[in-house]
Amino acid sequence: MKTLNFRVVLFAFALIFGIVFSIPSLTQSESGKKITLGLDLQGGLYMLLGVKSEVAIESRIKSMAASVKYIFDDEDIIFDELRMVDGEKITFELLDNDDVVKAKELLKKELEGTLIAENGLKFSVTMTEEEVVRTQQSAIKQAVETIRGRLNEFGLAEPTVAKQGEDKILVEVPGIKTQEDEQRIRELIARAAHLQLMAVDEDRNTRVETMSLDEAKSYGDVILPDVNTGEKYLLRSIPVLDGSMLTDAKVGFDEGNQPVINFVLNGQGAKIFGDFTAVSVGKRMAVVLDNKVYSAPNIRERIGGGRVQISGSFTIEEAHDLAIALRSGALLAPVYVMEKRSVGPSLGADSIKASSLALALGFIMVVIFMVIYYGMGGVVANIALIGNLFLILAIMSLFGATLTLPGMAGIVLTVGMAVDANVIISERIRELLYAGKSVAKSIEDGYKNAFTAIWDANVTTLIAATVLFAYGTGAIKGFALTMSIGIMASMLTAIVGTHGIYQWLLPRIDKNKLGFWFGIKREGGK
Amino acid sequence: MEVFKYKKPLSLMGMSKRFGFLSLTLLIISLGLIMTKGFNYGIDFAGGTLIQVKYDEKAPIVKIREAINTEKSYEGASVTFFGAEDEVVIRTKTSSKALGLDIGDQMRTLLKDTGNFEVRRVDMVGAKVGSELREKGLMAMVLAIIGILIYVSFRFEWRFAIASVMALVHDVTIAMGMIVLFRIEVNLDILAALLTILGYSLNDTIIVFDRIREGVRTIKDPKLETIINESVTRTLSRTTLTSLTTFFVVLTLYLFGGEIINGFSFTLLVGIIVGTYSSIFVASPILMWLGFSVSSFREKEAQKLKREKEKEKMRAMYEKGTL
Repeated sequence: MKTLNFRVVLFAFALIFGIVFSIPSLTQSESGKKITLGLDLQGGLYMLLGVKSEVAIESRIKSMAASVKYIFDDEDIIFDELRMVDGEKITFELLDNDDVVKAKELLKKELEGTLIAENGLKFSVTMTEEEVVRTQQSAIKQAVETIRGRLNEFGLAEPTVAKQGEDKILVEVPGIKTQEDEQRIRELIARAAHLQLMAVDEDRNTRVETMSLDEAKSYGDVILPDVNTGEKYLLRSIPVLDGSMLTDAKVGFDEGNQPVINFVLNGQGAKIFGDFTAVSVGKRMAVVLDNKVYSAPNIRERIGGGRVQISGSFTIEEAHDLAIALRSGALLAPVYVMEKRSVGPSLGADSIKASSLALALGFIMVVIFMVIYYGMGGVVANIALIGNLFLILAIMSLFGATLTLPGMAGIVLTVGMAVDANVIISERIRELLYAGKSVAKSIEDGYKNAFTAIWDANVTTLIAATVLFAYGTGAIKGFALTMSIGIMASMLTAIVGTHGIYQWLLPRIDKNKLGFWFGIKREGGK
Repeated sequence: MEVFKYKKPLSLMGMSKRFGFLSLTLLIISLGLIMTKGFNYGIDFAGGTLIQVKYDEKAPIVKIREAINTEKSYEGASVTFFGAEDEVVIRTKTSSKALGLDIGDQMRTLLKDTGNFEVRRVDMVGAKVGSELREKGLMAMVLAIIGILIYVSFRFEWRFAIASVMALVHDVTIAMGMIVLFRIEVNLDILAALLTILGYSLNDTIIVFDRIREGVRTIKDPKLETIINESVTRTLSRTTLTSLTTFFVVLTLYLFGGEIINGFSFTLLVGIIVGTYSSIFVASPILMWLGFSVSSFREKEAQKLKREKEKEKMRAMYEKGTL
């Protein structure tokens, strides 16, 4: 009789495959594909962020207003009453009829995606609907890239930042040690880092303490506080320039050895800055970050080269984080937390310990039970079970899948359920042996009879697991994943594998020792 | 070792009325509990914040409560021990949208003087996400049941599908009742456990039904009752053994797997017990009750066989070139 059959060879291959590819994960070696531990096991921060995209639209309007001012000034077009209305449109009035044609041409050329309405000399500019959608989309995309950039620069291991659904952002940061570190990271992500250089409205600034916000608005001004003293400044609401024209930001130290941030403007920014300082000698210019005034130095002469400094009694850490935020650019739209889960590394380690213990105990219990109940049949089933565990690990390693705490539970559960197939098969074989069939016939028919039951049962469980995978989030997905892999692997190990082993062992099976081989009393056999 | 050696069929169907009554009672109690007491939704579904804090020594729970109550917005926050005496969990219904200084950070400041502690976990779910997750969870349940119905009707017969789904609803409902009774906090992991019960209970039922399907073909007696009695008795050993191995494995998970997956493994334990019971005593009587007819099933099978034979004959003829 042929003993080395294709089934046992296939199982041997699967076992070798399983062992080889699970080694990198088990030994946690540097090279090779391995399973990543979920944030609940290794500790880390998971966040689902929402994006306030309406703010991006408002700031787009604001920068459009700044462009209008710059273009018109550059082309000597005289205008007045340049205003932003409700964060959705700009209005202004030309003073000279002769400028209308030229102004319209310039606007069309410089401001893309806008609708320009005119009423005599009065103009209003709004964004087209497509432009609004585009701005929202790009705000989300930009937020993803900005947050990713900031986390990468912070020097954290493998953070994940991805767009989720239409308007959400998923952030996963593994390996955070303490809550304080986590808070710092969250603050870094949240930092709008919206840098503006704004002119102080020197004509009216003396009255700032008593001025209402509405009055300031009527002059086209805003009132912003100093970051340290809270002193109020009256500033032109349309900035001279903003952080989008910044090329680099670094931490430095001033004469008093206080940390400061030095930043460099790009060519256009440097030109605007130079031109502005040239005409504003004797006036003040405020460095505004996230709507706080950091400094408002007097302009003594034209400043070329585009180098600017922010000082504001920072700690070194603050300055460092702020420089990162400035370099990676402003968040066009602020983000807010919809869901947050953070696990400390010690809790993760405890979870690994606890679930590994459960897995080991459960495994040992099942293995012993199978041997006591089914004799050698149980040993065969246990070999398949071990093969199954290795296969789960190997497949997960190859896909670089994430192992979560519910995922561990899924593996534990698989151990219980994977032997099910062998229980069914063994029971079928026993039945046939009781009925007086030969060992060979009992094994063959036992597998045949058991197959449909195992198949149907596994497919239905897979259906439930698939739904769970499709609808689950985060850690729960991990549970569905390990259970699905476990079920599929068990079809190979528990059905094909054990069948092969039986066929291979068949010549050695003594029909007078059925108690040893199948755990039944001899009288039952023939 | 042999425990369940088949000798003669047990008269299971004869007892079906008694078990039917038991199931009905359990179902009514469970539904009553679900309706009156309702689920104890955790933050995943209700929104809110959960903070797990571990102290160096026994957690000063009274001091912690006092410290938290100094802040108005945390009124109604609950503080309970979590698994061990040195660990507590603080739950509030509030969640914060701010990335920078959030509830976890504020709690850390509030607890500053309560001793030496480490914040080990902060979970925060906004109300909107919570309701979204709840909808998704319900959707997952429904979809899973529909998928199973379709598959079982396709592989067996529609009565088998209905009976298995009814057994399944029976199991999940009773498991839910127990969740309510024991005030288990319902979070995403409980949903996962319920879906697993769905799969597991079905798994058990399918094995029994497979045997009944086989019995209909092989057992001479045309009475469904006899066929069911014999088929269920023959699968009794398997059903009990597998349930036992799974039960013990989940029991280790419950005892040693740590506090976080306690609710999950508890739900599974209940599900395994109820699932095993229902696959033996509930699913098959439903099949009978639905009026499954042995003779018409046999006829259909025979016709199917005949069609296949004819097809084969045609194919053979075709291959021989006679057609």
